[in-house]
Amino acid sequence: MLTGNLLWVLVGTILLGVAAGLNGTFSFLQKQSLVGDAAAHAALPGIALAYLVFETKELPILMIGAAITSGLSVYMIQWIVNQSKLKADAAIALVLSVSFGIGIVLISIVNQSTAGNQSGLNDFIFGKAATMAKSDLIWLSGSALLIILMCLLFFKEWKLMIFDPVFAKGIGLPVERLRTLLTALTVLTIVTGIQAVGVILMAAMLIIPAAAARYWSSHLGIILVTSAFFGALSGAFGTMVSSLRIGLSTGPIIVLVAATLFLLSFFFAPTRGLLSKLRKKKEFKQRRVAQEAMSHE
Amino acid sequence: MNALQIKNLSVAYEDKIVLKDVNISIPVGSLTGIIGPNGAGKSTLIKAILNQLPNKTGTVHILDRPLNPKDLIVGYVPQRNAVDWDFPTNALDVVLMGRYGHIGLMKKPPAKDKQIALDCLKNVGMEAFADRSIGQLSGGQQQRVFLARALAQEAEIYFMDEPFVGVDAATERTIISILKDLKAQGKTVFVVHHDLQTAGDYFDWMILLNKTITAYGPTKQTFTQENLQQAYGGKLFFMDQAKSNDNLVGER
Repeated sequence: MLTGNLLWVLVGTILLGVAAGLNGTFSFLQKQSLVGDAAAHAALPGIALAYLVFETKELPILMIGAAITSGLSVYMIQWIVNQSKLKADAAIALVLSVSFGIGIVLISIVNQSTAGNQSGLNDFIFGKAATMAKSDLIWLSGSALLIILMCLLFFKEWKLMIFDPVFAKGIGLPVERLRTLLTALTVLTIVTGIQAVGVILMAAMLIIPAAAARYWSSHLGIILVTSAFFGALSGAFGTMVSSLRIGLSTGPIIVLVAATLFLLSFFFAPTRGLLSKLRKKKEFKQRRVAQEAMSHE
Repeated sequence: MNALQIKNLSVAYEDKIVLKDVNISIPVGSLTGIIGPNGAGKSTLIKAILNQLPNKTGTVHILDRPLNPKDLIVGYVPQRNAVDWDFPTNALDVVLMGRYGHIGLMKKPPAKDKQIALDCLKNVGMEAFADRSIGQLSGGQQQRVFLARALAQEAEIYFMDEPFVGVDAATERTIISILKDLKAQGKTVFVVHHDLQTAGDYFDWMILLNKTITAYGPTKQTFTQENLQQAYGGKLFFMDQAKSNDNLVGER
């Protein structure tokens, strides 16, 4: 049954799913999905540091800590690519693993100093939506709504910036600022989702709904709506299932639901799905055979 | 008034100099071909004029003023392979992007601008493909969409980077007629072009380029065998025929 708190949790994770679905579509099209993955992992040291410094579990404070290290990781990836001969994939892998390593070390320090897992920071690794407090959920929802609003406001600018940045600059769009804004919102999306979904799997919420939605349309507006819908569905289902059993983390369930949606899209989406493509190939071949038979007569 | 005036322009990529000491002034209303061998810096010149390159020195004036993108006086047709045509959008939407500067930030495109975009698509003979997703268009059709987008900018000066590359005959005719229309409207157009066979017919002004300007001016005076040989170095060969002594064949 839907208890009062679970209803709040559902609203929160649905809004989070919509926000990540929208924002994720833009970063997916920008081919920045992996940067999001690194940024999500890099949220962990920020959470632990914020806890160590302020000795509080207040979500806004942990979110600020996470945003700082997460944003720093994006900056570091760009810095490494600009300053060295390393390519983006190596820079991303480097920053991702190092920051996650630091995060795990810091979490261990926190856990030792506070008798076992009293801090509850471990929940930030895989996510624990079902037991989130109502005040935390209000933060989560507010932040998700802000992301959704920004994605609607800057829809046309981001579309042009991603499709043709040179042209965008040529007509006076502030391309650099638009790009920074999109990155900042990706970090905000990650930070918004860390408690519910966890740092390891938060990137999946950005990537999978967007990748699945790409199969259903070649029109950005429709892709955004589909991706938001898939995100919401994953969030809602993941929360429901993980609330059924104590000790079940939310993140993995959400990812499994999203992955199911992706597989369905991959195989069964009209025109772009695998089955539809195979069918068209077969029809084409049959027509060719028929034509050849005709011409031999 | 000069459409374009460049003084002492040099451009470097990292430590390699790509353009050196470019000095030109081109009048309003001209249709100018930018001609030169591969790697001569033709696209670089356009990007430098459009203020898209960090490492440059010298001054560029467009209509006697430094370029400010917000003035919306410059239209641009990039090379077709400069964008990812798999991007999820349709032909009309791409043309509408030419209106974004006029529409303003965070605003939904009004019906008026959609109509302009549609008219521009019609202008290049692509109105039947308005709803077609851009990935399904042929190379020539994609080029026409890019051209329509530039028309939608309603600019004064146009820069086109290799618009004739890899297009079908119908598209080539469309581009030529659009170039003539623009000229008739008193607009100024610059076209990066590498086909010497057609260059003489298409343009009334020429810029011959090879890292620096080797010659520029009205086509009749500029497009000579001597000047071309200087721009192309030893890479050109000519066929001597009885009737014409400078029948150009092409780049070796």
